[in-house]
Amino acid sequence: MNKKYFALLALVIVASMVLSACGGAAPTAAPPAETSAPEPTTAPAAPAPAQVEFTAPGYGGTLTTVKERGMLICGVNSQVPGFGYVDAAGAFSGLDVDYCRAVAAAIFGDPEKVEFRPVTASERFTALQSGEIDILSRNTTWSLQRDTELNGNFVHTTYYDGQGMMVPKDSGITDLAGLDGGTICVQTGTTTELNLADVFAAQGIAYTPAVFDNADNTFAAYAEGRCDAVTTDKSGLVARRAVLPDPENHVILDVTISKEPLGPMVRHGDDQWFDIAQWTVFAMISGEEFGLTSANIDSMMSTATAPEVRRFLGLEGDLGLKLGLENNWAYNVIKLVGNYGEVYDRNLGPDTPTYIPRGLNKLYLDGGLLYAPPFR
Amino acid sequence: MTEITSSLPPLIERPGPLGWMRRNLFSTWGNSLLSLASAAFLIWVLKGLLAWVFSAAEWGVILVNMRLIMVGQFPVALVWRIWAAMYFLAFLIGNTAGLRMQKTRRKGVIVGLLLSPVVFALFSFSLPARLAIAGLSLIALAGWWLGSRWPKAFRRPVLTGWIIYFPIFMLLVRGTAGEGSPMEIVTSNLWGGLLLTFMLTVVGIVFSFPLGVFLALGRRSQLPIVRWFSVGYIELVRGVPLITILFMAQLMLPLFLPQGVTIDRVIRAMVGITLFSAAYLAENVRGGLQAIPKGQFEAAHALGLSGFQSMFYIILPQALRLVIPILVGQFIALFKDTSLVAIVGLFDLLGIAKTVLAQPDFLGLQREVYAFISLIYWVLSYAMSYISQRLEVALGVGER
Repeated sequence: MNKKYFALLALVIVASMVLSACGGAAPTAAPPAETSAPEPTTAPAAPAPAQVEFTAPGYGGTLTTVKERGMLICGVNSQVPGFGYVDAAGAFSGLDVDYCRAVAAAIFGDPEKVEFRPVTASERFTALQSGEIDILSRNTTWSLQRDTELNGNFVHTTYYDGQGMMVPKDSGITDLAGLDGGTICVQTGTTTELNLADVFAAQGIAYTPAVFDNADNTFAAYAEGRCDAVTTDKSGLVARRAVLPDPENHVILDVTISKEPLGPMVRHGDDQWFDIAQWTVFAMISGEEFGLTSANIDSMMSTATAPEVRRFLGLEGDLGLKLGLENNWAYNVIKLVGNYGEVYDRNLGPDTPTYIPRGLNKLYLDGGLLYAPPFR
Repeated sequence: MTEITSSLPPLIERPGPLGWMRRNLFSTWGNSLLSLASAAFLIWVLKGLLAWVFSAAEWGVILVNMRLIMVGQFPVALVWRIWAAMYFLAFLIGNTAGLRMQKTRRKGVIVGLLLSPVVFALFSFSLPARLAIAGLSLIALAGWWLGSRWPKAFRRPVLTGWIIYFPIFMLLVRGTAGEGSPMEIVTSNLWGGLLLTFMLTVVGIVFSFPLGVFLALGRRSQLPIVRWFSVGYIELVRGVPLITILFMAQLMLPLFLPQGVTIDRVIRAMVGITLFSAAYLAENVRGGLQAIPKGQFEAAHALGLSGFQSMFYIILPQALRLVIPILVGQFIALFKDTSLVAIVGLFDLLGIAKTVLAQPDFLGLQREVYAFISLIYWVLSYAMSYISQRLEVALGVGER
């Protein structure tokens, strides 16, 4: 190692340190500081006199930031089939992912103006609180604790899940009582395990839990016949059944032992942003109720006569402007992403390997729980 | 056979395969039994493995997702930049092999290694991908030929090439210019797969090395504050698992930063890995420093060198040469440790494998995907280990 090369080496190391430091700073410097990101929850103790009376400090900050950035940043899951994953072409797909696209379509009129940030279960709330993501759309269960302590607001339920039970078909079991004295495979450390204990204790059914530390092991044990039943969220059961060696020999019982309403979440403190996120869900649901699809919406623009549909499409009134968006925002959501039914079918419909019957996720007209407030 | 050889003068004994087997595997009753049992076990394992690899396994998941596994979500239109970096690397490897191994008798082995990418090209990729892979071999071979033909002319350029490789690689991956140009900036959230693993490893090595050397020197320093700081840092970091540091960087750090200020996630992981690795490296280097006899310091002083000069020209080069095997071991560990970033949600090789497993079309193919990425980890770890062995031979570590 002679002297000249040593000096050169040192020079290059210093240069590359500087280089990569710049490399890190440039893309993240994008969100400008002056677009005050939402303040924490503090109420306006002494409102500035110039401000409108009812405007909280963080009001509108997120939308401004997102518009200046030209990009929505959405925290998603990358490992749940049908809800959030990366397809072979490198694009994010899934029900939760399409919701992010719908929000981007509502804001920008372009469903591609969204950057997906894969976040882990433990990291998701921090990422939302710190402003690293604008919306969290990652199969997160709505609960009181999360709604309050975590400094966030659940927008609306986009998928009604619930814990279910899968048994081999030839066991003849049809309800929970049939499992009396049996062994049930369950993943440890989850709410699933707690729900199982609660429900079985309440109904006085005796069972032996066989606990495993991850989902793969749990289902492998079930596939080997080490337990009489296996339990997890129904969406998970369906995806797991599809990969069993003999899917047709297993049935998911028609019982639901817990409520798991999954939905997107936004930060406390910016009610305008909350409204946009929430009404994007409502637009997708109402779109299905009105019979608007991405295929027929253009012809409906000229033929629609019902006042609510015309307001929805932005032909009458100024609903979009009230949200701080363009008046055709709902049109963009349906045209560019689709109504709830279309999005559901694309990701979880009968033609997909992850088919889950819609169940509770039908419109209220069809006996489900999807019910959007009126567009007026 | 043994009767014949025993009657001849035992000059050089060259037992054939049968003789070797008789001596090593079937020398006694017990050994014969053990050998047979082991052979049966090996055949059983191999048979099952080969049957699975060639008939049961569904390798379609790998072929379809090859680009994802290699470069993650890097924009397709800009992947040529990664190829350019690969070609440069292939040339450097080939050229260095040509320079270093002119006298080796195993030219066939080297040519075979350089040609190994062609094996990949035989799989069912698209034609451009096959040509691109075959190009890698061609360039490596060209480098090898040039290096062994004109070793003198290439010695310095190739060393410079290795030194500037890292900045060039970073430039090519990240880009410099605005949208639309061929050098468009690719933000780090699109880096993934083997590319990200490679980046994390290379950045970890390049930055933790000087940091670790300085910490090692600091720990042996006479200045109390410097020494205490170094000891404190090294012992603190060595007392914490890497995953904890990564969790701190991904979960805690954002809460301390002011609202709206975010540090890139990949940079956070890189910094975490570098800081972690530096502490271990410092201890390894300290081992090397302590192995240098006191006479070397005294001789350097007697020659009139200052403390700084004697350290950098006399002591450190010898100390570092001593600890090459340990350092490479640590770098291999670092390479494998980068897979921990999958737990904090980055799409490195392991992270992208988990994502591929969630694709509805390929549910339940854990074995295929994990087997494939294990193979990648093994090949690269072994390559690093092999290169370090060559480096040791070249520097004569075991001989002095």
